[in-house]
Amino acid sequence: MSTTVDAAVAFRPRDYSLTGPDTEAAIARGLSQATWYTCPVPRKQMKELMKRSDGPAIRDTLIWFASFIVTGGLAYYFWATWWCVPFFIAYGVLYGSSSDSRWHECGHGTAFKTRWMNDVVYHIACFMILREPTVWRWSHTRHHTDTIIVGRDPEIASPRPPSIGTLLLNLFQLKSGPVAIKKLFIHATGRLTAEEATFIPEMERWKVFLVARIYLALFALVILACVWTRSILPAMFVGLPTFYGGFMTLFFGLTQHAGLAEDVLDHRLNARTVYMNPVFRFLYWNMNYHVEHHMFPMVPYHALPALHAAIKADCPTPYPSTLAAYREIIPALLRQRREPSYFVRRPLPAAE
Amino acid sequence: MADGWIDACAAEDIDAEDVIRFDHAGRTFAIYRLNDDTYFATDGLCTHEKVHLADGLVMDGIIECPKHNGRFDVRTGEAKGAPVCIDLATHKVKVQGGRVFLQIG
Ligand code: FES
Repeated sequence: MSTTVDAAVAFRPRDYSLTGPDTEAAIARGLSQATWYTCPVPRKQMKELMKRSDGPAIRDTLIWFASFIVTGGLAYYFWATWWCVPFFIAYGVLYGSSSDSRWHECGHGTAFKTRWMNDVVYHIACFMILREPTVWRWSHTRHHTDTIIVGRDPEIASPRPPSIGTLLLNLFQLKSGPVAIKKLFIHATGRLTAEEATFIPEMERWKVFLVARIYLALFALVILACVWTRSILPAMFVGLPTFYGGFMTLFFGLTQHAGLAEDVLDHRLNARTVYMNPVFRFLYWNMNYHVEHHMFPMVPYHALPALHAAIKADCPTPYPSTLAAYREIIPALLRQRREPSYFVRRPLPAAE
Repeated sequence: MADGWIDACAAEDIDAEDVIRFDHAGRTFAIYRLNDDTYFATDGLCTHEKVHLADGLVMDGIIECPKHNGRFDVRTGEAKGAPVCIDLATHKVKVQGGRVFLQIG
């Protein structure tokens, strides 16, 4: 890896909320809704890359559903024996982790060509990962406008100095999960948090309130089923897998931006492209090509490897494996604990 | 410019099912050619965050914005759902003698 580190910038504590002094500072510095660097790609080639089709996502979704049936069926069959454990782990990862990439790609509306197919998978995946569909659609819109701009981006996973405790708890959504449930109750009563009010427009808010009520009703049904059957088994299939199967969400998700620069207008500096094995790429639907995705969000997940090939000469060297990415991320996060101004600087091709 | 019609480009400058950017008098427009060789024009910037739509994707009469995938009907300017909530202004277009003319309306 040809990455280097930089700790030269003097650190002042940042306010990562969307309503604090760093929000105003980011706007004043022209970092919000700014023009970002894009690698040159001829229009003809870009049109090919952006082309939509239903085939790859239908195939992957059928495999996805079949995997639920097989792992869930075997977990049920072996319930109350130790043999059910590996099947619940597999089921949980499908439910609580691979749903991350499904809500993401379908939220962009690029996974399928057919709109309703994107919407159906989006809503299923949102429920699985406990991300309210309207809230997260708008939060992710902001993440794309102001990627890792402090005070503007609601999706910064590791604010500096990072809390290692929070990250470890979130391996099983133990910090983010309760927050998400608390927000369901807030939304179900027809309210938004102050931060959410900064990025969800008035006309969309009724959807937030409606879906929160539906989610709570569904969870109430699961609890009722558990009481009725005097078993935790129903919750092992619906609800709990978000937690016990959520660890791959963090494992994949941290590779996106953790430890990299804040407040830059170039995705090559604040995002990672990491080569992953085919199983990971299926679970993560090619979100490991994260620089490419941020630079050209119109390109569907199945065309990201081709986009990567088209622009890689103009990008920093990709990470050869997830392990290689973590060899950088873990020391960087630990160092940011002591030295919050520290970040990993990605060398751009011209500077290499 | 006669009767408010502005000579924008050659009809062949736009590929089928594609869009180009056209700047005029300090404003920017998007001119579309659909698969059936009909031409349309709208304001050039997305109503969400002022991004040039000419970098987007034209698909079955819909322009998809390159920034957050917001969609508009190029014929009517109708915003087709989040994150675009405000319709796009449309402008009249005619093709004459192999040229595309735009009337800002
Ligand atoms: S700028 Fe067009 S959808 Fe956001």
